[in-house]
Amino acid sequence: MIKQESKNRKNLIQKKNFLHTLKRDYPLWLFVLPGIIITFIFSYVPLYGVQIAFRNYNPKLGFWDSNWVGLKHFMRFFNSPYFASTIKNTLILSVYSLIAGFPIPIIFALLVNSFRHKKYKKIIQTVAYAPNFISTVVMCGMLLLFLSPSVGIINNIIELFGGKAVNFMGVKNYWRHIYVWSGIWQGMGWSSVIYFAALSSVSPELHEAAVMDGASKFQIVRYIDFPSIIPTATILLILNCGSILSVGFEKVFLLQNDLNLSVSQVISTYVYQVGLIENSVSYSTAIGLFNSAVNALLLIAVNKISDKLSGISLW
Amino acid sequence: MKKRKQKTKRTRADLIYDIVLFVVLTSIFIIVAYPLYFIVISSISDPKAVAGGQVVFWPVGLSIKGYTEVFKNSKVITGFLNSVFYTFCGVLINLVVTLPTAYALSRDKFSGKKFVTFFYMLTMFVSGGMIPTYLVVKNLHLLDSMWSLILPGALGVYNMIVARTFFKANISQELYEAAEIDGCGQTQFFFKIALPLSSAIIAIMVLYYGVGHWNSYFSALLYIKTDVKFPLQLVLRSILVQNESQLAQTVATAAQQAALEEKRQLTELMKYSLIIVSSIPVLILYPLVQKHFVKGVMIGSVKG
Repeated sequence: MIKQESKNRKNLIQKKNFLHTLKRDYPLWLFVLPGIIITFIFSYVPLYGVQIAFRNYNPKLGFWDSNWVGLKHFMRFFNSPYFASTIKNTLILSVYSLIAGFPIPIIFALLVNSFRHKKYKKIIQTVAYAPNFISTVVMCGMLLLFLSPSVGIINNIIELFGGKAVNFMGVKNYWRHIYVWSGIWQGMGWSSVIYFAALSSVSPELHEAAVMDGASKFQIVRYIDFPSIIPTATILLILNCGSILSVGFEKVFLLQNDLNLSVSQVISTYVYQVGLIENSVSYSTAIGLFNSAVNALLLIAVNKISDKLSGISLW
Repeated sequence: MKKRKQKTKRTRADLIYDIVLFVVLTSIFIIVAYPLYFIVISSISDPKAVAGGQVVFWPVGLSIKGYTEVFKNSKVITGFLNSVFYTFCGVLINLVVTLPTAYALSRDKFSGKKFVTFFYMLTMFVSGGMIPTYLVVKNLHLLDSMWSLILPGALGVYNMIVARTFFKANISQELYEAAEIDGCGQTQFFFKIALPLSSAIIAIMVLYYGVGHWNSYFSALLYIKTDVKFPLQLVLRSILVQNESQLAQTVATAAQQAALEEKRQLTELMKYSLIIVSSIPVLILYPLVQKHFVKGVMIGSVKG
């Protein structure tokens, strides 16, 4: 009896509180309203639309009324010759990018941070951030210009030393290296910003104490600076592992040509080709959904492993 | 005695470290800066010199032929103007949507804080993907309209978190309470006090969103169908990326024709100038906001 009464009263108070806060906060609710509406339309409605992966999408019938076909489109993808090759290409490209590209910004940040000349340090940082602001199209244009067999500077240099011009974009063995290392060139500086932010919170007293104890500069970097950015690095590593099956579409698509397609067809470009060029909407959505599902599983797995090993996790 | 010895030992190790560091950092500096520098010097050199590989350290045979060629191209001009327009409108909408949301979520006492934060966080981890999003845009009849480039990304979750953290750190609850006593409501407080105190975060938002709009080509590739509505990046793609393969084919058949060769060189040169022209807006914006980067990332990475 008494319990019930107190529960009722609690509900009543909650209701009153809710109305009260709503009345108090209504300007703030109005502030968030436009964003909510837009995000609902362009993020949540497509999320609801994902079900067409299990249907034969018919534009007249819409998301809900198209025929239900279950896992048909998934089976078609698993059985197609593109399954193995797109997954292999995606995996190689993203693991290669991760292994080569992940440590470099960390090393760069540590080096620059321990550099003494303030002016030169600033110049290096400013220049290193700059490539990040080059658009993907321009970046790919630059690569094609530099690597061009007839007028590219790299082949000009090769010929200057008596070598023979190489059609870099035409040889599929070079493609992955070109993709990954140009990405590192462009992203290194910007990726290091977050480590600079982490390093700037290292207490200078720690450095002073280490100097007093006779630590060399290298030791300071090794034993003070480096450990201080490990938590940040771990979180970023987990996040990167979680997107291992999603290689960015834009750059791959722009650098693709008939000669390198066997190494450059990744899941996202295949989704684009199937869905928007060949118009198999449901099939394409199924491939995309499979991709996101694997990414989600990877993220959960890596997060768990990291939690067990180092106690650092996303949630 | 002992102490002194230790000290000299330390400085020698440090000296080596400093020298190695200098060499390594200078190498990195050259690797990053040289390609950018090369674009600049090539764009103002003679087409023949560029094609012949004579341009290495400084411009050869100064000419502005590349730039005149760029400005003769009506597609580039239209694309440039389109992009300016899309970017301006896009950033305006971004700010109108993002800043109030970020402010509201920065208020600890806001009753919707938990729900709205979760609402946005979820979209960072799951999304409908390319095709369902395309279908939504299509069903809303936004295909081939500038709204398809602006509305879907009107609120970037990452940018919103950065702005929210800024408001949280800089616009305190006490400040609001003081204003409230003087009869100021949330809306008035936001426009008259919070925003004027937040020029740093507005600058960062303008840069992030602005560069995003200026450089984006993927949504235009999906949604824009008419040539005259193409943003600059799509025009760039057709000149810088697609043109390449066509040229490679014509070279084989007509390599000996001098006139064609000259035209080809000029087209190649124009690409360098085009890269510079297309980067002008970012080049103007970059130095103004550069000093805020580390701060921007720092406040963004401290989640609260």
